[in-house]
Amino acid sequence: MPLRRFLFAVIAAFALTAHAAELRIGLAADVTSLDPHYLNVAPNNNAAWHVFDALVHVDANVRLVPGLAISWRAIDSTTWEFKLRKGVKFHDGSDFTAEDVIFSLERAATLAASPGPFASFVKPITAKQIVDPWTIRLKTAAPYAMLPHDLNSIFIVSKKAATGARTEDFNSARAAVGTGPYKLLRFARGDRVELARNDAYWGGKSAWDKVTLRILPADTARVAALLAGDLDAIENIPTADLTRLKTNANFRLEQKVSWRTMLLHMDQYRDHPPRLSDKTGKPLAKNPFKDARVRLAVSKAINRRAIVERVMEGDAIAAGNLVSPPVFGYVDALKPEIYEPEAAKKLLAEAGYPDGFALTLYAPNDRYVNDEQVAQTVAQMLARVGIQTKVETMPASVYFGRARAGEFSFALLGWGSFSGDLALRALVATPNADKGYGAWNWGRYSNPKVDALLEQGFATLDEKKREALAREAAMLALKDVPVILLHHQLASWAMKKGIAYRPRTDEYTFAHQFRPQ
Amino acid sequence: MAPPYMGILHSAFWTLIFSMPVFIVRRLMQSVLVLCFMSLLVFVGVYAIGNPVDILINPQADQADIERAIAALGLDKPLWQQYLIFLKQALAGDLGKSFAYNIPAIQLILERMPATLELALAATGMAVFLGIPLGLWAGLKPDSWPGKLIMTGSILGFSLPTFWVGLMLIMLFAVELGWLPSNGRGPTTELLGIPVSFLSWEGVRHLILPATNLALFKLSLIIRLTRAGTREALLQDYVKFARAKGLSSTRVVGVHVLKNIMIPIVTVIGLEFGSVIAFAIVTESIFAWPGMGKLIIDSINVLDRPVIVAYLLIIVSLFILINLAVDIVYSLLDPRVRISEAKG
Amino acid sequence: MQREQTPLQRIVADFAESRLALSGLAVLTLILLVALFAPLISPQNPYDLAQLDVLDSRLPPGSRSGDGLTFWLGSDDQGRDILSGIFYGLRISLGVGVASTLCAVIIGLTMGLCAAYFGGRTDGVIMRFVDIQLSFPAILIALILLALLGQGIGKTIFALIMVQWAYYARTVRSTALVERRKEYIEAAVCLALPPSRIVFRHLLPNCLPPLIVIATVQVAAAIALEATLSYLGIGVPITEPSLGLLIKNGFDYMLSGKYWISFFPGIALLVTIVSINLVADQLRDVLNPRLQK
Repeated sequence: MPLRRFLFAVIAAFALTAHAAELRIGLAADVTSLDPHYLNVAPNNNAAWHVFDALVHVDANVRLVPGLAISWRAIDSTTWEFKLRKGVKFHDGSDFTAEDVIFSLERAATLAASPGPFASFVKPITAKQIVDPWTIRLKTAAPYAMLPHDLNSIFIVSKKAATGARTEDFNSARAAVGTGPYKLLRFARGDRVELARNDAYWGGKSAWDKVTLRILPADTARVAALLAGDLDAIENIPTADLTRLKTNANFRLEQKVSWRTMLLHMDQYRDHPPRLSDKTGKPLAKNPFKDARVRLAVSKAINRRAIVERVMEGDAIAAGNLVSPPVFGYVDALKPEIYEPEAAKKLLAEAGYPDGFALTLYAPNDRYVNDEQVAQTVAQMLARVGIQTKVETMPASVYFGRARAGEFSFALLGWGSFSGDLALRALVATPNADKGYGAWNWGRYSNPKVDALLEQGFATLDEKKREALAREAAMLALKDVPVILLHHQLASWAMKKGIAYRPRTDEYTFAHQFRPQ
Repeated sequence: MAPPYMGILHSAFWTLIFSMPVFIVRRLMQSVLVLCFMSLLVFVGVYAIGNPVDILINPQADQADIERAIAALGLDKPLWQQYLIFLKQALAGDLGKSFAYNIPAIQLILERMPATLELALAATGMAVFLGIPLGLWAGLKPDSWPGKLIMTGSILGFSLPTFWVGLMLIMLFAVELGWLPSNGRGPTTELLGIPVSFLSWEGVRHLILPATNLALFKLSLIIRLTRAGTREALLQDYVKFARAKGLSSTRVVGVHVLKNIMIPIVTVIGLEFGSVIAFAIVTESIFAWPGMGKLIIDSINVLDRPVIVAYLLIIVSLFILINLAVDIVYSLLDPRVRISEAKG
Repeated sequence: MQREQTPLQRIVADFAESRLALSGLAVLTLILLVALFAPLISPQNPYDLAQLDVLDSRLPPGSRSGDGLTFWLGSDDQGRDILSGIFYGLRISLGVGVASTLCAVIIGLTMGLCAAYFGGRTDGVIMRFVDIQLSFPAILIALILLALLGQGIGKTIFALIMVQWAYYARTVRSTALVERRKEYIEAAVCLALPPSRIVFRHLLPNCLPPLIVIATVQVAAAIALEATLSYLGIGVPITEPSLGLLIKNGFDYMLSGKYWISFFPGIALLVTIVSINLVADQLRDVLNPRLQK
C-alpha cells in the first residue's frame, strides 16, 4: 500500500511543518525595554539580538565572527577599519549603510540617564570616518585591542526609524527597525515579546514563522510550563530538575559550559578585616589572608568535585581558570586545585594558625545558580580544616552595594567574561579608578607585574600575541591564589522532543538557533 | 410595613450626606500628610539599601563609568536634595521615570494595575461568595458533620503557605492533570477601556488557579468570622426573641444574623482587599501573572526607586479610599456608629 | 450545674467537652516539648555546618550517612538530617510566630483601644499610622529592615510585628467603637470612672472575642508569612532554617521526586498550625462570655 504510506508521510510532514511554524520560549529574566541602547543587561540584549544585529557577532564559543561587518583590521596602531556587509536590508526595506552605523554608535554614546549605559563600549572612539558606503574607520586615542569586542555590544538601528526616537517608540515597535532575524510584533512588558520572521535575513531564514518569548523568572513556573506543554523550550533549568528532564524521553536537554566562573574574594588589604577573628571572637594579630599559604590552604580545603556533583548536580565543572574553557585566554595548564584537607591543615599550621580562625562568608541568594547552597557547602568544608565559617546571605540588591563598600572580607562572586585579560583586569588587577583596573577586585590583590602584562596586552592589536600575554598574566596571578576559584557554571536549555538547540557559552537563548529535527 | 431597619438606614444616610464634606476634606488633608511622610520613608529606605547602578551596570564598566551613570541619574546628590527634586516633580504630577524601564513610573504601574485588580477581585469574590454561606452553615449547625468539615477545611486553608499551595495547584492541575494552564494571563479584551481577561473562556482558565491560590487564605478567614459572628448572634436576645416570636429561620438568618455579622466582615473584606493586592505579590510571582505585584518585586530587586515610591503612593491612596468606604459602609450598617465617630 | 466551680475549673471542664480540642492540646503539648528539648533529642545539630557533609545530601528516608547516622526522614541538599531539621525548625517557627503575634497584639490592642476611647485627634493620628502600616506590603517592610539591620531571627520577628500590629489596632478599634456608644459605657463615663478602668474593664473584654479569632489565625499566618519571607530570600538565615525555610529549600525538588525534603517539614508545619487552631477554637468558645450556656 504505497499510496497509504505516501499519504501518511505527507500528513506527518505537514503536521511537522505546521508544528514548526511557531516557537514559544520561556525566558528566565525580565526584559525591561526593547530600546537596544538603553540598558545593558543580558535579558534585554537577548531580546534585542532577535531584532537587531551588531557589526561583530560572537559564536557559541564567544569567539568573534562577522556580523554586519564582514571583516575588520587595524590599519595603524590607533585606527580600526570595518568592511560592512553589502545588500543587507532593514525590516522596513531600506538599505543598511555606514550612516546607520555612525548613527548607532552616537546614539549609544549619548543616551544618558541609564543605570547601565552602553557608553563605555564606544568611549575609546575619538573619531569616526566614512570612507565609502561600505567602509568605516574608527580612531582611538591610544592603541586599543578591544574595539571589535566592544562593538559586539552596540546594536545597529536604522537611522531613518530611530532618529529622535524614545524608549517608548522602540517598545511600541515603531522605532524598533533592525536587520535581525525577526521583526518585533509586540512587546507586552513583564509578559512576552512577540516576533515574526524576517524572511530577508542575511544570515539565513529562521525555522519559525512566529516566536513568542515568555518572561517567566520563577524557576518552577518555567519548568512546569514546559512540562505542561505551554512552552516549547526554556532556558536556565534549575539543577533539581536536570535529571528529570534528562531522563524524560519527551524532552531534550542541552548543556554547555557557561562563561560564568564562581569565585571567592578574600580581603588582602586591611590589617583587621570585618568578621575575621580567632575562634573565641578575639581579633587576630594580623590578617591571615595576606599570607599566600592561608589562601592556598583555603583553596585546598575545598572539595570542588563534591560541589559540582552534589550541590550543582553536575551543572558545573571545577575551575582552575578565571575564564571557562572556550573563552579567549584560557590556560589548559591551570588545573583546579586538588582537594587535600590534610595539606590544608599543615599549611595553616605553618602560617601560624594551627587552630584555625573564624570568619563569615557572604553570598547573594538570588543571583547565581544555587549560590547560597554553594556558600554553605564551602563553609562545611572549611570547618573540617579548622576554619570556623558562618554564612550570611542576602538579596543581590543589598549584596553588591555592601560588597562594593568593603563590608565583606570573604565573599562569593560570579563572573562572566569575553576574554581572560578582561577578567584579570576586573578581578585581580590593582584597583585604579583612573585606568579602570580592578573594579571588582574586592580583596585588592595587587601584583605590578600582572598589571604591566595586562596593559601591554590591551595595547597589542595582534590577537595571537594578545592571547599569549593574557595567558602569561593569568599564570602569574593565579600562582598567588588571589581569589579562590570554585567552578564554571553550565548553561542549560530544555525543549520538547523534535527541537534542537546549539547551546551557547554566553547563555543567550536565540530563537533562530532552535531547529526542528 | 417596611422593615424597621429601613428607617435606620435612612437616617444614617442623611447624617452621612450632611456630615460628608467636612469629613472628607479632613480625611483627605490627613492623607496628603501620610503620603508625604511615607514617600520620605521609602526614599530613605531605598537610599539605605543601595543604588541601582551597582546592580544594573555592565560588569565590564570601570569606576569612572559607574560614577558617570550614578551622576546621570542624579543619585550623586545629597538625599535631601534628591527628595526635594522628587517632591517638586511630584507636585507637577510627575513621579519620575523608572530606571530599569525608562518610561514614567505611573504609566508602568497603571498598565499593570488592571491585571492585579482583576486577580484581587476574583479572589475576594471567591472568598466572599463561598465563605459567607459556608460560614453561616458552620455557625448555624456547628455540631453537624458538614459544619465540622467546613471548620477543619478552613484550618487547612490558612495552615499552608501561599507559595506552597500555589505550587501544589500547578503540580496537580497543570502538570499532572493538564486541565488548566500553569501560568500567565489569558488574552485580554477591552471593557470600558480597561484590558480584562475574564470575558473569554481562555482568560477564565488562566484566572482560576491564581485566584484560588490568592483566595484560599481569605476564604478561611471569612468562614471563621462568619461562623463566629453567627454563633454569637444566635445567642443575642433579639435573635432569641425573633426566633421565639416564630419568625422563619430564613428570615432570622437573612435579616438579624447577617446584619449582625456584617460589620466585622465588611471591615475584614475592606482591609483584606488592600492586603490581597499587596500579597498578590507572591501569587503573581509563582503564576507569572503580569500584575503590579510582580512589578514591585522586580523593582525592589533592582532598587528602581521611582517605581517603588510610585507603587506605594498609589497603593496607599487606594487603601485610604478603601478605608473611607469601609467607614461609610459601617455607619450605614450600624446606626450606633455615626459618621462623626468614624471620621477618625 | 456545679455552682461551687471556680472560673478556672469551669474553663477546664468546658474545654474538655471537645475531644478534638483535647487531642489538639495533646499534640500541641508534644510539639512544644519537642521544640523545647530539640537539642537533647535531635540526632544531629542541623545548625552546625561542621556536622553536615554535602556527600550525605538528598538521601532518601532511612538512609545512613557516612558517619553512620540514620536519616529517618532523609536529608536535605546540605546533608542535613530532616528530622533534626524539623525539631530545630519547630523552635524557630513557633518562636517567631508566637513572639511576633504576642507583641503585635499588645501593641495593636493598646493603639486600637486608645483610638476608640479618646477619639478625635488621637484617633486620627493612630489610624493614619495604621493606614500607612497596612498599605506597606510586608515584603517591602522586611526588605528595608533587612537592609538596615541585616538578616536574622530577631529581625524577622521585628518585621512580623511591624506587619501585623496595625491589623489588630484596626479590628480592635472597630469593635470598641460599637461598644463605646453603648449605654453602659456612657454611664461609666458619666460616673467619672477613670479612663483606664473603663478601657480595661469594659472595652477590653468585649474586644477580645474577635481579637482571639484573628490572633489565632495570625499565629498561623505569622508562621506562613515567615516562610514566605524565606521564600523571597529575606527571612531567617539559611544556616538556621525554620520549617518554612526547610519547605522552601526542598521545594525545587518536588518536581524531581525528592519529596521528603519539603514534604515532612510541610507536614510538621501543618500539624502544628492545625493543633494550635483546634486548641484556640475551643478556648475562644469557652472564654466568650456571651456564649455561656
